[in-house]
Amino acid sequence: MQSAVDRKVASSKQSTSQVERHSTLKYPHRLNFYDISPQGDITIEEFETCALDRLRVLAEIESSFARNRPYEELKEVTEKQCSKYLPLASTGAHMVDRDAERRKDHVGHFVLRLAFCRSEELRRRFVKAETTLFRVRYDSDVHSEREAFLNSRDFDWIPVSDEERKQYETELAAASPTSSKETSTRAERYYKVKWTRVPDLVEKRRVFLKGGYAYVPSREQSSIVFQEFQTNLTKALDMTAKALPRLDEDTRIVPILNNLSQGFLAGVSSEWSTAEAGSGDQITAGMVDDLARKHFPMCMRNLHDTLCRDRHLKHFGRLQYGLFLKVLGLSIDEAIAFWRKSFSNIQDDKFNKEYRYNIRHSYGLEGKRANYPAKSCQQILISDQPGSADSHGCPYRHFSGDNLQTALLSMYSGQGLSVADLPEIMATVKAGHYHVACTRVFEITHARQGVKKGEGVGGGESVTHPNQYAAKSRELEKEKDDVDVVMD
Amino acid sequence: MLAFYKRLYPFKSIFNWLNHEHVPTKLFTNREFAFTLQGDVYLRYNSFERADELKKQVCALNPTRFEIGPVYSARPRDKKTVRPANFTAQLRELVFDIDMTDYDAIRTCCAGADICRRCWAFIAAAVRVLDHAIRDNFGYKHLLWVYSGRRGIHLWISDREAMELTDEQRRALVGWLMVIQGGKEMHKKVNVRQGSRTLPPSIKSALDPLATVFGDLILEDQNCFESEEGWKALIQLIPDKAVAESLAAKWGTEPMRSSEDKWDDLKKEVRKFDKGTAKRNALQAAVEDIILQYTYPRLDAEVSKHRNHLLKAPFCVHPKTGRVCVPVDPAAIDSFRPERVPTVSLLLRELDEIAVAPGAGEDAGGEEGTGEHHSDWERTSLKPYVALLDRHVAALMQEVRQAKRAAPTYDASW
Repeated sequence: MQSAVDRKVASSKQSTSQVERHSTLKYPHRLNFYDISPQGDITIEEFETCALDRLRVLAEIESSFARNRPYEELKEVTEKQCSKYLPLASTGAHMVDRDAERRKDHVGHFVLRLAFCRSEELRRRFVKAETTLFRVRYDSDVHSEREAFLNSRDFDWIPVSDEERKQYETELAAASPTSSKETSTRAERYYKVKWTRVPDLVEKRRVFLKGGYAYVPSREQSSIVFQEFQTNLTKALDMTAKALPRLDEDTRIVPILNNLSQGFLAGVSSEWSTAEAGSGDQITAGMVDDLARKHFPMCMRNLHDTLCRDRHLKHFGRLQYGLFLKVLGLSIDEAIAFWRKSFSNIQDDKFNKEYRYNIRHSYGLEGKRANYPAKSCQQILISDQPGSADSHGCPYRHFSGDNLQTALLSMYSGQGLSVADLPEIMATVKAGHYHVACTRVFEITHARQGVKKGEGVGGGESVTHPNQYAAKSRELEKEKDDVDVVMD
Repeated sequence: MLAFYKRLYPFKSIFNWLNHEHVPTKLFTNREFAFTLQGDVYLRYNSFERADELKKQVCALNPTRFEIGPVYSARPRDKKTVRPANFTAQLRELVFDIDMTDYDAIRTCCAGADICRRCWAFIAAAVRVLDHAIRDNFGYKHLLWVYSGRRGIHLWISDREAMELTDEQRRALVGWLMVIQGGKEMHKKVNVRQGSRTLPPSIKSALDPLATVFGDLILEDQNCFESEEGWKALIQLIPDKAVAESLAAKWGTEPMRSSEDKWDDLKKEVRKFDKGTAKRNALQAAVEDIILQYTYPRLDAEVSKHRNHLLKAPFCVHPKTGRVCVPVDPAAIDSFRPERVPTVSLLLRELDEIAVAPGAGEDAGGEEGTGEHHSDWERTSLKPYVALLDRHVAALMQEVRQAKRAAPTYDASW
C-alpha cells in the first residue's frame, strides 16, 4: 500500500517540484524505512555530497561505538552531527524545505548502500550504524508523527486480546522489568510477534514467550521496529551486493563508491590503519629492536622482550605484536625476516609450515584476505584475555602490581622513569585507569623531548592505541632531530 | 569399525532426518560432513548427493567419527571453486550440548570424563527442563536427544523455523536459556533477577520440578554440602552476612551434619525473618537461586550460537568408550543408563552370532559394495534406537509434506 503511494509520488516528482504545495509532502514522514529507492535524475555532484554528508554522521556513530560512549551521549553527539550535515526537520516545521531534507536523507542512504554492500564486514558495520541513526531519530521524533509513521506501515504484530492477557497476567507482570506498580500490566497493551523478530528482548528475558511468540509490551514496541529496520536493511544489502557486479556502469560512479567505502574503513574505527600510520618511512627487520627500546608502549615492549628472551611468542602474542609492527610500517618481506630471525630455535621447515602462513594471513595475503587493523587498547584490554602462559594483553591491567613495577623500572628507567614516579602510576592502575597510567609513562619517558604532564600524546589526548603511542614517540624524536640539525 | 559402518550404521535414517524428504534436497546435498580419521586427520567440507554416496565414502575412509555441519549456499565440496561471498552457512538444526564436565564443581561422585548412574541424574534434570522450555516457550516440536557416547547429551532441533535461525537469533535464544553464568572464580552463578524481583516466568516454571531434584539429587544422593568445601561454597551464596556467619560457625563445629540437615538449618534461618520483610525476600530469593545453581541445565553455549558449528552425528561411536551415540527418549530419560548403551564390539558380536545361526546365511556372500545391509541393525540391540530415530523422522517428514501440500495452492492462487 504505502509503497505504491510512494512510487506514484516519486514518479510525479517532476510536476510537483514546479508547483509549491504546502499540505502534501512527497515524503510524508520524517522517518524512513528506505523500502523504495529514489526515483528520477540525480546529478553526480548531488550523488556524492548526499553520501559524504551522511557518511560524516555515520562515522561519528561508529567512533562513538569505538569509544564506548553510552547511548545518551551517543545520541547527543549524533544529533549535533546530524544538524550540521543532515538536518531533518519534523513535519510540523513549515519554514523548512522538508522534502529537500528528506530527499537528501533518502538519496544519501541509497548511495551508501551501494558503497557498503561489497563485503560482509562493511555490510555489518553499515547496518549497525544505520540502525543506530534510525534509533536516534526515532527517539527524537515528535510523538504524534511517530504514531503516524508506525501506522503507515504494517509491522505484522498481533494485538493481545484481553482474555489472553488475563490468562498470562502473572507471567506478563514478572517478565516486564519495571512493573513497580501492580496496575501497569493491566493498563499496558501487548503485541504478539514471532520471537525471532525481537531477539534482543529475548536474550535479556524482557518478554514473555509462549509457543514461539513473544508478548511485547507497547513500551518495548520500538524494539520490534528497530529489529525490522535492521532485518530489512540486511536483506536489501545482500540483494544489492548480488546485483552490483551486474551494474551497467560507466566510470563515473564506481570511483566515488570506492572512495566512500574507503573513507568508512580508514577514517573511523581503525584510525591507525596502514594507510595513514606510516610517516612514509619503511621499517626493516633490523630496526625493530632499536625502535622497541625507544618508542614502544609497554605492552609491545613486553612482547618484544619476551620474544627476544624465549625466541617464541604464543598465538595471541604474535597476533598483537605482528599487527602492531605491520601498522608501524614493517613490510611483509621484512616481517617474515623479522619473525624468522626471532624464532631462532625453530627449524626452517617448521617455521614455513606453521608460522609463515599466519604472518601472511595477517597481512591479508592468505585465506579471506582481510586487511586486519592493529589492535586498539580497548581490544587489548577486553578481548582474548591472556591465559597463564601468555604474554599478550596490557601490562597495566594483566600484570600483578609488583611485577608491573619491576618491569616498568627495567624497561623505562633509561628514559627517565624513576622509583619516585611509581606510586602515581600504581594509583591510576589500581583505579582501573590503565590508559591513564600508560599515558603518564609516555609523558615521563618523553619529558626530555619537552612533553609536560597532562599533555599526553598531544593536546591532552590519552593513549588509545599502541600505534598512536609509537607514532607520536617517533614524531617527537624526529622533531628534536630537526631542531638539532638547525642548531648545528 | 568398518563392519559397523557397512552393516549397522543407519545411513538411510540419518539421510531422512537431515533431508526431511525422500528425494535429496539442498538440505542434504549442500550439507557439510567432516570426518575424523585415525591419527587425528581432519577432513572438512565433504558433501554428498545421496545417502549411498555418503555410505560409500564413510566405508572408504573408515573414520573414527564424523560430524554434521550446516547447509551452505553451495555444495561444500565445491568450496574452493565458488566465491567466498557465495559460500555461507544458511540452515542448520538448532543444537545444544550439555556436558558433564560443566557439573564438576557440584558433583561429588565422579570427576572429569567419568560418568556414573548417579551423575546421570544431573543430565536427566537438564533434559527435562530444557525439553519443556523449548517446546513451551519457543514452540518447537522436532527435538531429537542424542547421547554423546560418554558424559553428555546433544539436542538437535529440526523445525523449519529453528533451522532458519540466524546466528544472532541463536545467541538470543541461548541467552534466554542460560541461567548459570560466570567462571570458576565467580561464586554466585545465577544472576537472572532484575534487582530483588521475582524470577522471570520461564525460569520460575522450572523451579518447582527442580526443587524436587534438588532434594533427591543434591541433598541426598550427591550430598553436596557434607564436605567442608561443599558447605563453604553454599555459605558463599548467602547474601546476609549474619546468617552466613552463624551457619558457618555451626557447621564448622558439627562436621557430621548431613546436607539435608544443613539445608534445613538454612531454611530455618530464613524463616526467622518475618514474611514480607526485605531480608526475608532477599534470603528467599537466594534459596531459589541456590536451587537453580545446583540443578538448572548447564549449556555449552558456544555450540548453539553459530550455525557453522560441527556436531558429532548420531550413531557414531565414541572412540574412548566404544558406545554408540544413540537417540534418547526424553520421556524415559530417568531410566536411561549410559552404561547399558550398546557398544560397537557388542553389536559386532551380535552380528557374528546371527551369521552363525541358521537362516541368516544368505547375507554372507554380499560383503562387498553392493550388498545392502541396512536391515542388519534390526537383528541387534541397536534396533530400538534406530526405531526411535525413524519415528522422529516420520513425524518430521509428515509435517514437511503437509507444508508442501499447503504451499502449491498458495502459489496457484497467485
